[in-house]
Amino acid sequence: MQVRMEGLTKHFGATRAVQDFTVTLASGELVCLLGPSGCGKSTVLNMLSGIVPVTAGKIYFDEEDVTNLPPEQRGIGLVFQNYALYPHMTVMGNITFPLEIQKVPPREREARAREMADLVHMGGLLARKPRQLSGGQQQRVAIARALVKNPRLLLLDEPLSNLDARLRLEMREEIRRIQQETRVTTIFVTHDQEEAMSISDHIVLMKDGFLQQHAAPQELYNQPANQFVADFLGNPPINNFEGSISGGCFVMADGARVCLPGFAALKEGQEVRLAVRAESFVLAEGPAGDRLACRVDSVYQMGKEEMAVLTFGGTPLRAYIPSEEGLKPGDQVHLGLKDRGVFLFDSHTGERYL
Amino acid sequence: MSQQVKNRAALRAATRAYRLRLVLARILRYLLLSLGLVIMVFPFYWMISSAFKTAAEMNLFPPSLAPRNWFNLDNFRIAFEKAPFARYFLNSVLVMLGSVTATAFTTILAAFAFSRLRFRGRELLFSLLLSMMMVPFEMLIITNYQTIINIGLNDTLYALILPFISSIFYTYILRNFFQSLPDGLYWSARVDGCTNWKYLWKVMVPIARPSLVTIILLNALASWNSFMWPLLVIKSDLMRTLPFGLYTFTTEVGANYELLMAASSVVVLPMVLLFLFARKQIVRGVARGGIKG
Repeated sequence: MQVRMEGLTKHFGATRAVQDFTVTLASGELVCLLGPSGCGKSTVLNMLSGIVPVTAGKIYFDEEDVTNLPPEQRGIGLVFQNYALYPHMTVMGNITFPLEIQKVPPREREARAREMADLVHMGGLLARKPRQLSGGQQQRVAIARALVKNPRLLLLDEPLSNLDARLRLEMREEIRRIQQETRVTTIFVTHDQEEAMSISDHIVLMKDGFLQQHAAPQELYNQPANQFVADFLGNPPINNFEGSISGGCFVMADGARVCLPGFAALKEGQEVRLAVRAESFVLAEGPAGDRLACRVDSVYQMGKEEMAVLTFGGTPLRAYIPSEEGLKPGDQVHLGLKDRGVFLFDSHTGERYL
Repeated sequence: MSQQVKNRAALRAATRAYRLRLVLARILRYLLLSLGLVIMVFPFYWMISSAFKTAAEMNLFPPSLAPRNWFNLDNFRIAFEKAPFARYFLNSVLVMLGSVTATAFTTILAAFAFSRLRFRGRELLFSLLLSMMMVPFEMLIITNYQTIINIGLNDTLYALILPFISSIFYTYILRNFFQSLPDGLYWSARVDGCTNWKYLWKVMVPIARPSLVTIILLNALASWNSFMWPLLVIKSDLMRTLPFGLYTFTTEVGANYELLMAASSVVVLPMVLLFLFARKQIVRGVARGGIKG
């Protein structure tokens, strides 16, 4: 089912949680709502589920306007960070509960619950109580419970945050697999960019209640719409250099400069920020106009590559350099730039120029 | 070398002294506890043992610790003949059931409203209710008495139940417990089409069972033991509850302590048994509901 939000806005008193949020999510996809804490992603989710009424704007499920529909009529499944299983019921009882409410006959209830339990690999533990399960198992049950009534939309609110690192990886793949098998349109809220990058078809990145970019994970990484998107994605974080345009070159306060073909098109004196991903540097022989003259500060071995910390124009930068280059602290080197992963943003607005 | 040996000896001596202190402390602790036990239990024992003694045994000096015949039920028989204790017992049970059932029901609904429903002035209303707990029962008695007289319920069992069909304190305990349940539980149920009513009875109440059991037990205890209020609103013999009946019985039998003790045993035993069985439950529930909030 396609989900369309038009000008969705939510104010809690003076707090503007979500502002003029317009996005269309394709049917059958797994979409991540990504952003730092307090960016309004959970509020968007709660408006989709109907838990939180909207201040302004519209929500459409396919062509149906559900903006003012009560939660129980929206046909959604919810999974929470703390699993929210009914502690006094068994796994079976938890999964059948939504069907019981909908007055599905007991035999069908059990059959469907078993099917769901098998889907999430919990078929053998139907008689257990939630407290006898691990966090990952509890989350599996919560997913089964959310899916058992065949929702049009599955909403997951930071479902992996309570799990330890290893389980998180495992459950991440599980959620992807379950989504692929059921093909239910799924919205997944997280603040973990790696999580979002690894499982989603599309990512909706938010900041301060505003939509920043809606794109496939690779596109988000390779073509960030603005400074915030470039900063938020990637580990190590993208390298930023403050400077301005002078004579078709990027010039920093201490005179360090680099000239790339596109720079000439920009206004003279324009204050800009050059952003380069750590993997977008190449070690070059000798100086040139399109190379950064840097000093090596330290080098960390990371297997086939090294992570080098260098200084360019007084600003530290991190770069991946092949190990065989044998960099040593104190070396003066020249770094060329690849085509991919090099951006130029406005210093003040964060708008992207290149 | 010799220094080392000396050190080791000193260490051993210190260890021994420390162990001795621990043992002494433990002995002292158990002595005190035993003393407490005797002080608490002996009156009960005296009551029960006296209930099986004959009048002659009661007047022995020095008094005997145990009755000659533990199966001497004469006192019970005579007590039950002299006063309608069976009827008192029935009255007590009816009043207790009535007030416990009603209180549980109102408490559950009020706690749900004050924890889950959103309405204007909720917190203010709840603070007001809490502040009512400051008003001592003795003050309420006057207004309650007038109310009961005005609606013409005096000298009926209803008069014993009606003023006790709700409790601010229990509502407070249960509300705190309800508030500790995560929101996700509620919303998961709501998106599945569960109504507030269903959610309350299918999810919240089962989860709150320990707290509820505590509330019901405490309430039962209070109802069973209540004396002041029945004394005021009950006139006729057949409407008396056990504590009140026992009180009038005292004046009737005067110095026949063996009869009095037999009657007292009947009054007290059910609650003692109930408490013994549910002790853990009571303590746990109060600790959970009360301290957390």
